[in-house]
Amino acid sequence: MSATELYDRLPDRGGPGQPLLTVRGLRKYFPIRGGILGRTRAMVQAVDGVSFEVRKGETLGIVGESGCGKSTTARLAVGLIERDEGDIIFDGDALGDTLSLRELRRGIQMVFQDSYASLNPRLTIEESVAFGARVQGLSDPMGRAHGLLARVGLDPARFAQRYPHELSGGQRQRVNIARALAMSPRLVVLDEAVSALDKSVEAQVLNLLSDLRAEFGLTYIFISHDLNVVRYISDRVLVMYLGEVVEVAPVDAIWARQAHPYTRSLFSAMPSMDPDNRTEEPPLTGDPPNPIDPPEGCRFHTRCPFAATLCGRKVPKLRKIGADGHLAACHLHDPASGHPKAGKIA
Amino acid sequence: MFSYFLRRLILVLPVAFGVSVICFLLVQIAPGDPLTAIMPVDATAEEQAAMRAAYGLDRPLPVQYAIWVGNLAQGDMGRSIATGRPVAGEVFGAVQNSLLLAVSAAVIAFPIGIFLGFLAGYFRDTALDKAVTAVSIAGVSVPNYWLGIVLVIIFSVNLGWLPSMGAGPGGSRDWSWNWEHMRHLVLPAVTLAVVPIGIVARTVRALSGDILSMDFVQALYAKGMSRFDVLIHVGRNAAATALSVMGLQLGYLLGGSILIETVFNWPGSGFLLSNAIFQRDLPLLQGTILVLALFFVAMNLIVDVAQAAIDPRIKRS
Amino acid sequence: MALTETLEPVQTPEARKGYWAGVAQRLARDPVSMLCLAVVAALILAAIFAPYLGLADPYKGSMIARLKPIGTPGHLLGTDEQGRDMLARLIHGGRLTLFIGLMPVVFAFFIGSALGVVAGYVGGRLNTIIMRVVDVFFAFPSVLLAIAISGALGAGIVNSLVSLTIVFVPPITRVAEAVTSGVRSLDYIDAARATGASALTVIRVHVIGNVLSPIFVYATSLTSVCMILAAGLSFLGIGVRPPEPEWGLMLNTLRSAIYVNPWLSALPGVMIFVTSLCLNLLSDGVRSAMNVRD
Repeated sequence: MSATELYDRLPDRGGPGQPLLTVRGLRKYFPIRGGILGRTRAMVQAVDGVSFEVRKGETLGIVGESGCGKSTTARLAVGLIERDEGDIIFDGDALGDTLSLRELRRGIQMVFQDSYASLNPRLTIEESVAFGARVQGLSDPMGRAHGLLARVGLDPARFAQRYPHELSGGQRQRVNIARALAMSPRLVVLDEAVSALDKSVEAQVLNLLSDLRAEFGLTYIFISHDLNVVRYISDRVLVMYLGEVVEVAPVDAIWARQAHPYTRSLFSAMPSMDPDNRTEEPPLTGDPPNPIDPPEGCRFHTRCPFAATLCGRKVPKLRKIGADGHLAACHLHDPASGHPKAGKIA
Repeated sequence: MFSYFLRRLILVLPVAFGVSVICFLLVQIAPGDPLTAIMPVDATAEEQAAMRAAYGLDRPLPVQYAIWVGNLAQGDMGRSIATGRPVAGEVFGAVQNSLLLAVSAAVIAFPIGIFLGFLAGYFRDTALDKAVTAVSIAGVSVPNYWLGIVLVIIFSVNLGWLPSMGAGPGGSRDWSWNWEHMRHLVLPAVTLAVVPIGIVARTVRALSGDILSMDFVQALYAKGMSRFDVLIHVGRNAAATALSVMGLQLGYLLGGSILIETVFNWPGSGFLLSNAIFQRDLPLLQGTILVLALFFVAMNLIVDVAQAAIDPRIKRS
Repeated sequence: MALTETLEPVQTPEARKGYWAGVAQRLARDPVSMLCLAVVAALILAAIFAPYLGLADPYKGSMIARLKPIGTPGHLLGTDEQGRDMLARLIHGGRLTLFIGLMPVVFAFFIGSALGVVAGYVGGRLNTIIMRVVDVFFAFPSVLLAIAISGALGAGIVNSLVSLTIVFVPPITRVAEAVTSGVRSLDYIDAARATGASALTVIRVHVIGNVLSPIFVYATSLTSVCMILAAGLSFLGIGVRPPEPEWGLMLNTLRSAIYVNPWLSALPGVMIFVTSLCLNLLSDGVRSAMNVRD
């Protein structure tokens, strides 16, 4: 089966210049219920005012510590969690306006971290892969499933009838990728999709993902805490801290210069292969603050080596700091902010 | 601790409300007109309507419920249709006798159950363990109303050692602490104890088996602690769970003794209940069930609080 | 396509068989379970085919042949207080006793699973409403609830079935809800939802198959209690009506004979005990046979 037969791609609408996905002012607070009557006692501010764009055909990497809202952002974008506020615009159509949730799900699919938990243990893998195509009424779901299994490197003759517990972790993750592709999506969200795999298997799956992107003209959102992997696969990188976007930049630009102090400490914590490239930044100390009650002003100021009084009062806006589309949300990079060291560092 | 108690107490209120609704509805699902039992057969339609109005039966259901609960709050549970006496008095007298029976059964069952369960847990996978497991499965499988009959056949009919009926000599309905009354208590209490022996033994076996295999027990042995002292440690760790199981069992004993009371003609709440059923004495039925269920709810509350007092982990969660 | 499988170990493709076939195989290796299964099956078959076994008429009494002892010629297990053949009545008695003792659990299994799965999958307010109502029913010990409802409804086979079903729906709902909430949080449910499938489709394809077996195991553990309760209702006189043969009812009517022929009067209880014991042991066996893989 050829790629075109396997794929019923949705038609492109806005042309190559229009972002495939635009997220604007996305907010999600999870209530913590407690007490006698189950009233809402507090809100976990999981995602607060997140905006970004994903261009057609690119891979956007999202990095940050665990609990920073990466996964919540992904689930919001796929519509698995209902957002409190914000716009999700898919190729020009706003969700809830000209785009229904069902249509959005046809266009965006997701691959999860836990390869075992994301497959129904009671279904054979061909049934798992064919399920989505069947739900969406695509033609020949089983043939499509077999074609895709073959495409991700699992011979249908050997594997199609197996149950998830009969496969290795890498094989299961290939099944999950095939399952996502069976919906013929345009955008695939990979939520720590290779993080749980052995290094050798991880490399194979990453190569597979690159091949598939080229072959099917896919766009990826690639969520990971592993910066090396993000660098390998991404075109642009988005850094999140405590539910907010702190920096967005093309991958080369951010590896050359980390504008936000948080990004810098995140990168400095990355083990380097080069003995000359020694870490000079102090590593981040302590745990991130509680997202129930995040710090006022810049959320990073409690752990920031450059924090000034201003940082605890005023929320920095995400603003352009380089010609190549490099954005950062830090008073240091806003000469007009009034930060004593503004414009002097980096 | 006190705030935990208050929180639990407030959680119990909706349950108590639900219990009262179910007890109220019991009368509504009963077939036939509740008046037929008290009205003379030749009553005219006007007389029936007047009676209906007098009992509030012509009002909508929610109003009837509100009136009923209002009366309950003042300790008025209505009057027995069969005897004309206030339900509250009848029920509380009977519940006292049931409670005596339930507590006696618990006093027999809990030590035996704990002992057997601990033996089985300590000597896990030995013949002793298997024997205890068999006994406890038999204990939870036996229909205790039949066991009562068998015990009567053995100890009253064949051996003639113990009386088979009533709470005292000459069909006495009032308990007193003397030898004759105690003799009447033996068979029903033993019969009632069999199921909880099985359940407590099973629980304690699982608990002590689990705890004995935990790391901290090995550590205690490694510290050179004696076998007995280790057992004390293990016992305290098992206490919270075992206590909650036993507390619930006490509640079950009170509510579940109905069949046993029938077998032994024990003048308790179950006996009252079966009389109420056969005389279609719905107010009495309703009142007895309500009191027993609320007792069970209260028992649950006490168990929760006691468990929290023993095990500090519970309060936090 | 240069993908290699060599680096990833392929797990031994064991002889493929269904999950239930594996459970049955493990169960078949347990002698206690097999014995209990044989007893329960024999009782059920005897009950179904009772009219064709060439037994005496279970309704036909005789004034002169009352309470004949066990071993009387022509009455292998003696006769009851109305001179009816005990063997015939015990075997015929299995029909109603087993029917009323097992069917409520079957009904409650379907109703409770449906309620629990919906509550667990949908969550939110619907979950709160269903589970709070369930909590209220938990405030009644099961014996008390069964007797209360049967007592109010009055005697009768249908009324017994109704009241016992009501008794067992709440515990099954609670287990079904807990199991479903657990499954609901797994990624494969999210993956299924992300296909745009309706809640009903996701439940049908992805939830039911994964929650039914633990609920089923729990339900089997209730059959023994249900048997004892069903016979208990008849024993109290609020279950099956005379002159139908039913073990609990027979136990009741024979009580008057304990001074005349004591062991005869205990026979119906032996039947209840044996059945309930076998159901309990069988349920334990099924439970351990099913837990092997998890």
